[in-house]
Amino acid sequence: MTGTLAAVGAGLAVIGAGIGIGMVGGKAMEAIARQPEASGDIRSGMILMAAFVEGAALIAILLSIFMAG
Amino acid sequence: MKYSLLLLVLSFSFYTSSMFGQSHSSHTTDSTMMTHQTNTASSGEHNVTEGHEMPADAHAKGAAAHDAHGAHAPFDPASTAIHHISDANVYTILDGIGFRIPLPTFLYAPEKGWDIFSSGKFHVGDHEDGHASYNGYVMHHGSVHRVVDQGFPMEGSVDIEGFTHKQEEKKGKKVDINYALYQGKEYRLDARSTLDGGILGGGITSFYDFSVSKNVLSMILVSLFLFWIFRKAAQAYKANPDKAPTGVQSFIEPMFTFIRDEVAIPFIGKEKYMKFLPLLMSIFFFVLGLNLFGQIPFLGGTNVTGNLTVTMIMALIVFFVVNVNGKKDYWQHIFWMPNVPVFVKPLLAAVEIMGLFIKPLTLMLRLAGNISAGHIAILSFIGLIFIFGNSGASLGGGAIGTAMAIPLTLFMMAIELIVAFVQAFVFTILTASYIGAAIEEHHHADHHAEGHH
Repeated sequence: MTGTLAAVGAGLAVIGAGIGIGMVGGKAMEAIARQPEASGDIRSGMILMAAFVEGAALIAILLSIFMAG
Repeated sequence: MKYSLLLLVLSFSFYTSSMFGQSHSSHTTDSTMMTHQTNTASSGEHNVTEGHEMPADAHAKGAAAHDAHGAHAPFDPASTAIHHISDANVYTILDGIGFRIPLPTFLYAPEKGWDIFSSGKFHVGDHEDGHASYNGYVMHHGSVHRVVDQGFPMEGSVDIEGFTHKQEEKKGKKVDINYALYQGKEYRLDARSTLDGGILGGGITSFYDFSVSKNVLSMILVSLFLFWIFRKAAQAYKANPDKAPTGVQSFIEPMFTFIRDEVAIPFIGKEKYMKFLPLLMSIFFFVLGLNLFGQIPFLGGTNVTGNLTVTMIMALIVFFVVNVNGKKDYWQHIFWMPNVPVFVKPLLAAVEIMGLFIKPLTLMLRLAGNISAGHIAILSFIGLIFIFGNSGASLGGGAIGTAMAIPLTLFMMAIELIVAFVQAFVFTILTASYIGAAIEEHHHADHHAEGHH
């Protein structure tokens, strides 16, 4: 039962991170379309922000692995 | 030349550190495997449940008892995937034709002392199970275990018939205990060694494993390869400083200048980036090299950067570099944030101190998670062949599975090729941004006003 709950928790965390990374990526694409000359800066900022969002999800996944184990 | 030397030094520090901690991640995978096997056992299709009422001590058992991975066992994709991404004490190139490279094992048991020998002594066979024991050690699923039951010959080599495992209740959890079969009797095996002494939940084992494992060998190979190409490139620059890059230079130079111009200079600053460039380059090429090495088909598919211990050591190195180089402003922002009301300051300090440790933690998890996930996805797609083919019983099903598995695996490998570069880049860019934040001085407007000017 805890294993199932942990899996649901991990799934919810991934949904959250998916929405977050989607927003980061979408806004970055918009920004690049508006200002193509700044694409380099925007892209590295985008990857950095996506990595931060992913970090939150990874902590949730780690916690759920611990709960399941 | 300077860089290549530094790279080698760093790689070797990674090597030694990961060697000492290699058993950690095996503990994690062990626990995942356990949960999985609990599930299958409850559905009653696994033959391990029969062991419940049997005593734990060695007792007679018919030759009918065979390893759970015998020819007729149902295919278990999850444990197969976990086995393939785990570290091992033998380097298997192709399991089917049995081409295996034995590795040196360094084992230490407190009451017995050191045992140093080649893992070839285990006569490793299918599923990386050893057919022989050596000095009381056996190899099961690629890793060394120690026999703990009395009566097993603890000196020299004896033939063992196979392995079996049963579940035991331990602190309310079902734990898988492995047994070796020798002369019709079962002998209980210790868990895999954990060098933390059981602090992290792996349990205290009666022996410690300091072996040069598959991951360690891969790291040495990749480090030597990187050393060789960097040396070659450095010599070419020295010989012809004004010429256009040729050969290996044209492979290294774009990546090198990209990391320097897009990562190091923007995040660390033009004045100070040279101090940290060797570290950033080492991390980038080490991670990239190992990511790509793990992607090469039929070459063992080592999962080094997907191993939590390896990434933990890299994250620890970053943690120390960041905090040792942290300037006054950095620590001030952590413990006593300027320009906020006093009652918010302790709150922010608590959050910032947590952030101090969460940063390397996510650095560690992100790389390991992404690379392991890629390996598991590829292994699951290959597992389709055995799921559809009913573990080799149905040829038609196997053909359908293969037809599905090939395009899916190729697609996944293409994705993983991008992921290999992206994750190496992300690790480097995050390291650079943490270092940049730590060494930054005067980044508030009012600081400028009261500063040098």
